[in-house]
Amino acid sequence: MTTVKTATRESYGNALVELYKKHDDIIVMDADLAAATKTGIFKKAYPERHIDCGIAEANMMGMAAGISTTGLVPFVSTFAMFAAGRAFEQVRNSIGYPHLNVKIGATHAGISVGEDGATHQCNEDIALMRTIPGMVIINPSDDIEARAAVTAAYDHDGPVYMRFGRLAIPVINDRADYKFELGKGVTLREGTDATIIATGLCTGASLEAAEKMAQRGLDVGVINIHTIKPIDKEIIVKAAEKTKKIITVEEHSVIGGLGGAVCEVLSENCPSTVLRIGVNDCFGHSGPATALLHEFGLDAEGIDNKVSSFLK
Amino acid sequence: MRKNIITATFNAKSGHPGGSLSAADILSYLYFEEMNVDSKAPHDENRDRFVLSKGHAAPALYSVLALKGYIPAKDLKTLRHIDSYLQGHPDMKHTPGVDMSTGSLGQGISAAVGMALSAKVQNKSFRIYAMLGDGELQEGQVWEASMFAGSHGLDNLTVVVDNNNLQIDGTVREICSPYPIGEKFRAFNFHVINIDAHDFDQIRAAFKEAKSSKGKPTAIIAKSIKGKGVSFMENAVGWHGKAPNEEQYKQAMQELEKNGEVSA
Ligand SMILES: Cc1ncc(C[n+]2csc(CCOP(=O)(O)OP(=O)(O)O)c2C)c(N)n1
Ligand SMILES: [Mg+2]
Repeated sequence: MTTVKTATRESYGNALVELYKKHDDIIVMDADLAAATKTGIFKKAYPERHIDCGIAEANMMGMAAGISTTGLVPFVSTFAMFAAGRAFEQVRNSIGYPHLNVKIGATHAGISVGEDGATHQCNEDIALMRTIPGMVIINPSDDIEARAAVTAAYDHDGPVYMRFGRLAIPVINDRADYKFELGKGVTLREGTDATIIATGLCTGASLEAAEKMAQRGLDVGVINIHTIKPIDKEIIVKAAEKTKKIITVEEHSVIGGLGGAVCEVLSENCPSTVLRIGVNDCFGHSGPATALLHEFGLDAEGIDNKVSSFLK
Repeated sequence: MRKNIITATFNAKSGHPGGSLSAADILSYLYFEEMNVDSKAPHDENRDRFVLSKGHAAPALYSVLALKGYIPAKDLKTLRHIDSYLQGHPDMKHTPGVDMSTGSLGQGISAAVGMALSAKVQNKSFRIYAMLGDGELQEGQVWEASMFAGSHGLDNLTVVVDNNNLQIDGTVREICSPYPIGEKFRAFNFHVINIDAHDFDQIRAAFKEAKSSKGKPTAIIAKSIKGKGVSFMENAVGWHGKAPNEEQYKQAMQELEKNGEVSA
């Protein structure tokens, strides 16, 4: 059997086309990366509703803020580095502070950007966006969740940061009863020895790691946190109460991202031992995406190794 | 030079051949004729500096650094590989001869202005060269940097705009036109020179003129052809960020061979 693999940026481009069919008040913006962010798919379908702002991300965020005050809902896209990084202050002051209805579709997040290297591998965006009051952050784990996230972002009134990846990843949410609820974590696997709390493309890898560990008698649960803010405190505290040991896994710095958010919740509500797996306070570098994920210990093998030794 | 670019991107299976080829002639002129640099002393504090603000043209910079002996030519084949120091975008920490880490457009020129200001503050005579893409001109930071350079009369700074008229999503004119480019720099108190980016006589004359211009930084608007030298890459927007396959690689190398290109 071949597993279907889709990059969540692709899901984003496709979802925008579907969204416009239902809601003709959306407008899509990009900064000379339409081919890469996949808003190009939308541009092809509805060229009159796609604005290419040129290589000027800060200006694009400011324009989106203005557009959102006039009755349209902008979906603004560029790489995570330039959306959360380059334009941070514009997002904070022109979108976050007035709590405007702007949806940021940030693609090419994390080290799985691959060959472009450190200047383009954003491992800091979740941390940055999390500090903006009222900002919602969604980091989907596969194609199905990414498309659901786009609709959820539209339905939510206020700023939303959606984090998408460049690398094609397997579908893990193809269940008949799949439902996306903003702010709600999803238990993908029950376990008694420890719980992995994962986000984004690390969710599938964590599930795979848990299956491997199960074969060796380690019973590890897996929770998918697609909404990093507001975070699902209840599911995190319950998991800590049940299994005591918690592991967070993300393609992001271990500082300020999912690991940080989970530790904040637990330190106040259920002090626990937490192992944060992510990018360990260092920059990435060039290389093929899957080889980098392996090197940084973010594939199933790496997660398995780290969790196994943590539980020893 | 161009062969190196094609070889590097072919072996990387990714990278930016188009904007590297359009920049190739000016880069080789800078390193072979213009700049006071020595590959044996890449950190000499009095050396001239080059900042590749359009950092995605790293293959062009690495090619010339190899030809000048900063790095072994055989390493070009490791571009973008996981165990290579040759990063997708220039990395000053790990590559000798790279004066500034770049890759996020619009930022290199600010660093170049900082270097030029510092030379003035320290009464040093080294010169600073920066190369920008024409799409890159859309970044507001470029104009913040230019306003400072012009307003402070940094005549030790020469900015080159690689005016190939293309960015990723189309022509710069249709996406968000930076034209008239020369007039914009002139309004920011730059001395402006227009040249053909592939004519060495014009290149030589322009940099000479820049050196003799006093009290103002110089902007050289270099009309170029993206993908220059490889017929199927020339003026083709699709060759911005794509590596040639085996067949395309062979054809490109043959064409460059015919034109008498040497490789390192
Ligand atoms: C701040 C920033 N935004 C976006 C990008 C992605 N990007 C890389 S190259 C490029 C197009 C550059 O066009 P141009 O400056 O004209 O370069 P050239 O045609 O010389 O290759 C873009 C948008 C980037 N590297 N940095
Ligand atoms: Mg260009």
